[in-house]
Amino acid sequence: MSLLTIENLRVSFPGEQGAVEVVKGISFELGRERLGIVGESGSGKSMTGRSILRLIDKPGKVTADRMEFDGLDLTTLSKKRMRALRGARMSMVMQDPKFSLNPVMRIGDQIAEVLSFHSKLNARERRKRVLESLEAVRITDPERVYKLYPHEVSGGMGQRIMIAMMVILEPDLMIADEPTSALDVSVQAQVLDIMDDLVTRTGMGLIIISHDLNMVARYCDRILVMFNGEIVESCQASELANARHPYTQGLLASMPTLDEHRDRLPVLDRTQLGGV
Amino acid sequence: MKSLVLTNPAADDPWKRRRQQSLRWLVSLGGFAATIAMTFLGLLAITFVIGRVVPIDPVLAVVGDRAPQDVYDAVRAEMGLDNPLIVQFIQYVGAVISGDLGMAVTSQRPVAEELARVFPATLEMATLGILIGVFVGVPAGVLAAARQGTWIDQVIRVLGLAGYAIPAFWLGLVGLALFYANLRWVGGPGRIDIFMEGIVPSRTGLLLIDSMLSGDWAVFRSAWSHIILPATILGFFSLAYIARMTRSFMLEQLSQEYVITARVKGAPERVVIWRHAFRPIRIQLVTVIGLSFAQLLEGSVMIETVFSWPGIGNYLTNALLNADMNSVLGATLVIGAVFIGVNKVSDLLYRILDPRAR
Repeated sequence: MSLLTIENLRVSFPGEQGAVEVVKGISFELGRERLGIVGESGSGKSMTGRSILRLIDKPGKVTADRMEFDGLDLTTLSKKRMRALRGARMSMVMQDPKFSLNPVMRIGDQIAEVLSFHSKLNARERRKRVLESLEAVRITDPERVYKLYPHEVSGGMGQRIMIAMMVILEPDLMIADEPTSALDVSVQAQVLDIMDDLVTRTGMGLIIISHDLNMVARYCDRILVMFNGEIVESCQASELANARHPYTQGLLASMPTLDEHRDRLPVLDRTQLGGV
Repeated sequence: MKSLVLTNPAADDPWKRRRQQSLRWLVSLGGFAATIAMTFLGLLAITFVIGRVVPIDPVLAVVGDRAPQDVYDAVRAEMGLDNPLIVQFIQYVGAVISGDLGMAVTSQRPVAEELARVFPATLEMATLGILIGVFVGVPAGVLAAARQGTWIDQVIRVLGLAGYAIPAFWLGLVGLALFYANLRWVGGPGRIDIFMEGIVPSRTGLLLIDSMLSGDWAVFRSAWSHIILPATILGFFSLAYIARMTRSFMLEQLSQEYVITARVKGAPERVVIWRHAFRPIRIQLVTVIGLSFAQLLEGSVMIETVFSWPGIGNYLTNALLNADMNSVLGATLVIGAVFIGVNKVSDLLYRILDPRAR
C-alpha cells in the first residue's frame, strides 16, 4: 500500500475575476521513496506540498477526490487529529531558516516544543532527545547550539536545525520545500546529504520540491515535473534525459554543462506550451 | 581549529570572560546614563529658548507695567537678565538641577512645589488608564487578528475607530451625565468628595495609595469612585490605539514563515497565537504602549477640564491663560522628562525582550 495517494487535487484562490486555480487536478502516489517535484515559480509545486499538510488558509480552497495518508482520509480528518499528525507523522522543511525559525526563541526550546506537543516526556528527557537530534544532523556541540537564538547561527546550520526539528519524531512523510535554495552552494550538498542519510535510515517517504532539476535528479528516485498547475511529466530520475514533454525538454536544454561550448542558452519557447 | 589565530583569548578563561562581560555592562550603563543626560540638556535648551523668545517680559510680570524705569532695571539685573545668554543658560541649568523652577506668578509659590502637587494627580489617572488600555486593548487586538473577518473582528475594529473619532470632552460629558448624574454609580468631578479632602496625609501624592497606606477605606472608596470614570475614558482612547496596533502587528506575524513552522510542528492554535505570533510583537508593543502612556501622562487637557481634575494638563492650561511663563516652562520640563523617561524604559525593555538587540 502506498503511503500517500492523491487524486484530482485542486487548489484555488479567489481573484478579482473569479477563482484562480493554482493546482489543477493532479494525481500521484508516494511510497517510502524520494519523490522530486520540479517546476518554475508559480507552477503550483509549493501549494501541492502545503495542501497535503492542510496548511492552505482561507480564503484558499482545497479539493480532492482522494487524499489519503497511510489509510487516513486527509480531506475529512478533524482539525485536532490533523494536528496530531503534523510534526509527528508528517512534517515539512521550508526554504529559509532565517524566516522559518522563531527569532525570539532559543533553538533548543523550539525543537523541544515538538516533543511537548506529541509526547509525555518530561523536561529532562526532552532535552536529551533534542541534543541527540542535533547530533543526528551533525552539529558537533549540541549543548552550545541548544542555547543559541536563530540569528546566531549560519544558514546551513539553521537548515540542519530545521531538519532536526522535523525528523525528531521520525515521521513517515517529510516534505522539503526548496530546502537548499536559500543556502550557499558550498553547504547545499552537506544539507542534502544529511537529509538523504536520515531518510534512508528511518525509511520515511520524502518529497523534495525544487526548481533545481540537477539536484532533484541526483537525490530522488522519481520525478514529477509541474507546469502551470499540472503534472506534465512523471518519470524515474534516471530516465529524465528521455523526457517527452516539450516543457521538460526545454528545461533540460536550457541547462549549461561543463563540457560544451555554447554562446547562448536556449530559452523556453512558451508559445508551444499554451496555458500561460 | 588549532590553526586559527584570531580566536578570543578570553574564550577559555571563565574569569576573564566574566570580567569582560561586567565591563561591557558598565560601559553600556554609562552610555545609557550619558544619553539621558544629553537628552535632558537638550530639553533644557529648548525650554530656555522658548522662555527667551516668547514676547512675555518676565520683569514686567514681577514689577507690573507701571513700575518706574530704575526699579525695572534693578529687578532685571537681579534676575540675571543682563548677563550674556550663555551665562543665563548655565544659571538656568544650575537652578533646575537644584530643583528651583522659579515662582509661579499667579500663586506666588514655587513652581516645583505646585508641580509636585498636580503631577501625581495626572500620574494616578494615566496609570489606571494605561492599565485598562493594555489589559483590554492587547487581548482585543490579538483576538481580532486571530478571528480576522469575523463579527468579533468587526466589533473590535469599530470600537478602535470610535476611539479615534469620538471627541474626549463629549465622551466625558456624556459619561458624567449618565453614570454620575443619572445612575449615581460614580463620583462627580474632582479627585475626591469635598468633605474627605485632606483627611489622609499626602505621602506619594497618589490618593489611592495614600489612603491605602493610612488604611482609610472610606477615603479610598471615594477616590476610587472619582477616578474610575475619567480613567476608563482615557483607557478607552488608549485601548483603541493599542488594539488597532496589536491587530495589525499580529496580522503581519500570522503570515510569517515561523508561524507556519509552528503549525507544521502540530502546535495547538493557542500556542501558535500566543507563543509564536505574539511573543515577537511584544517588542513593537512596548513602543506603542510607551508612547500611549507618555501621551496620557501629558495630561489630557479635555478630560482634566471636564472632570475638574487638578492634573498637569489643567495646570498648564491655566498657566498659559495667565501668561505665567515659569509655570508653563516647569510643566513643559516635566512633560519632556516624562517622555525621555518612558522612551528610555522602552529601550531597556527592548533589550530584554529582543535577543537580537542584546
